[in-house]
Amino acid sequence: MSKGGKTISEKIIEAHVGHPVKPGDLIITPVDGVMATDTTAPLALKAFKAMNGKSVFDKDKVILVLDHAVPPPNERIANLHRLMRIFAKEQEIKLFEIGEGICHQVMVEHQYVKPGDIFIGADSHTPTYGALNAFACGVGSTDLAATMMTGKIWLKVPESIKIVCNGKLQAGVSAKDLILHLVGQLTISGATYQAIEFEGEAFEGMTLASRMTIANMVAEMGGKTGIVNPKGLELDYDYEPIYPDKDADYKKIFKFDVSNLEPQIAAPPSPDKVENISTTEGTKIDYAFIGTCCNGRLEDLQAAAEVLKGKRIKDGVRFMIAPASKSTLLDAMNDGTLQTLIEAGASIITPGCGPCVGTHQGVPGDDEVVISAANRNFRGRMGNPNSNIYLAAPATVAASALTGEITNPKNV
Amino acid sequence: MVYVYGNNIDTDRIIPGKYTKTLDLSTLADHVLEDLDPSFSKNVQVGDIIVAGENFGCGSSREQAPIAIKQSGVSVVIAEDFARIFFRNAINIGLPVLEIGKHDIQIGAEIKYDLKSGEVHDLTANKKYTAVKLPQIMIDILEEGGLVAYLKKNKTYNLS
Ligand code: SF4
Repeated sequence: MSKGGKTISEKIIEAHVGHPVKPGDLIITPVDGVMATDTTAPLALKAFKAMNGKSVFDKDKVILVLDHAVPPPNERIANLHRLMRIFAKEQEIKLFEIGEGICHQVMVEHQYVKPGDIFIGADSHTPTYGALNAFACGVGSTDLAATMMTGKIWLKVPESIKIVCNGKLQAGVSAKDLILHLVGQLTISGATYQAIEFEGEAFEGMTLASRMTIANMVAEMGGKTGIVNPKGLELDYDYEPIYPDKDADYKKIFKFDVSNLEPQIAAPPSPDKVENISTTEGTKIDYAFIGTCCNGRLEDLQAAAEVLKGKRIKDGVRFMIAPASKSTLLDAMNDGTLQTLIEAGASIITPGCGPCVGTHQGVPGDDEVVISAANRNFRGRMGNPNSNIYLAAPATVAASALTGEITNPKNV
Repeated sequence: MVYVYGNNIDTDRIIPGKYTKTLDLSTLADHVLEDLDPSFSKNVQVGDIIVAGENFGCGSSREQAPIAIKQSGVSVVIAEDFARIFFRNAINIGLPVLEIGKHDIQIGAEIKYDLKSGEVHDLTANKKYTAVKLPQIMIDILEEGGLVAYLKKNKTYNLS
């Protein structure tokens, strides 16, 4: 029986459609922003033209980002980039150039998405903006084209599930360890079609960057969106936080005490094969990677630098870092983080998705083992189906680069 | 021919990211399911069927995944259930998908299906399944032949 209260998702949707909604309702809602990348935009632009799209619904709300294959590794991709530039110019819309950063990072940094918004991105990690108390969903290229043209999208109002995490994380245990743990508990299909709400002490003290790491991996649970309760969220601007009603209806409520959580590892080939680090410690690694929309922000690079300060990574290990954005790169340069990391043996790649999706830059070799701060480790994810990818927090990746084997950062 | 795969077949296995950056969509079929079943793209024939377990198409939002399957000639994907973005993408590009819940369809089974009624008949095991009904707007989109044709005609979305 419905108790009448509303979840955060329901409140945001109602504010957009102007009438009460309940889970399962089909709605057509206006959107506050639309974004596509160099993986999804070329097909979207083709579909937009095929739909007889003449101009985008609002020049200030449609954004293109070059991030997945930057700089372009070949003429084919260079020409897809060119296509996007031409379209952006024609339509007078914003295009983030090569090296500006990963789509999700630049949307948040440049405030294209704000609390209370409904945002549609042609990328599966669009729920990342749930960190900002926004309702954000990923779609494919044709849906995106339709939204660019109409300014609207059809959605089924999702059921919500709540994940409550009580207790404070121990020092050295990060948002990534927490979300890996939750993905392991809920599994890769645990939230399919549903909206997640994260709530509890463990989230309240988190920075925006950490909250983005949490909401980012909603995609790895199949969620439509995932919103972190705004309690404790500090932004550079004023905003109206949206909290759920006390009598809101949740399909399920999960409760965890996370005060004793140790660093977590997701073993190949799925982000939900999550184990305590003590189970995998000692596994030899060839290659360490820090970056992505999950963990390429300043606090992630700082966590790695803290582990590596004054030390050198193990001979024979390679260590790649792709900052999430140009401003992350600049900040890490200005506060000395970058120097520490480079002196420790890291190579710095152009801000963007880097090796995350296996298009270019740092593809692993056969039988090689990667430890990565990314969000996905499916077979072939980084471009070679004969390699194995372990997912971990940035501090764990750095500690493992140091020793050449999966290592708890507490022990270095 | 009916190909049967397991649970959580992700989009990286349906079409690896390295092949997605193209507008020459026919090339996608050469690599479809490459890291899962390397012989699939060589053997697949027009009208073949893919049957899978839960959460088919999880992972990335790449529309190249259902396009690659459609380009390969596969006529329908039948699964216990689908990942959300894959499901929308498939309908939008006109690849039929049927969500039938738990099943025990085996490799090589002979299958008959009807998209309108959602009925799936496993003739080999003599078992029948009924697919979950689509929301009306998806039926409208499918009937137009995909979202491009739907919007070309209607200019905007309508809830009928
Ligand atoms: S960093 Fe990786 S997961 Fe994030 S948008 Fe880029 S390719 Fe996708």
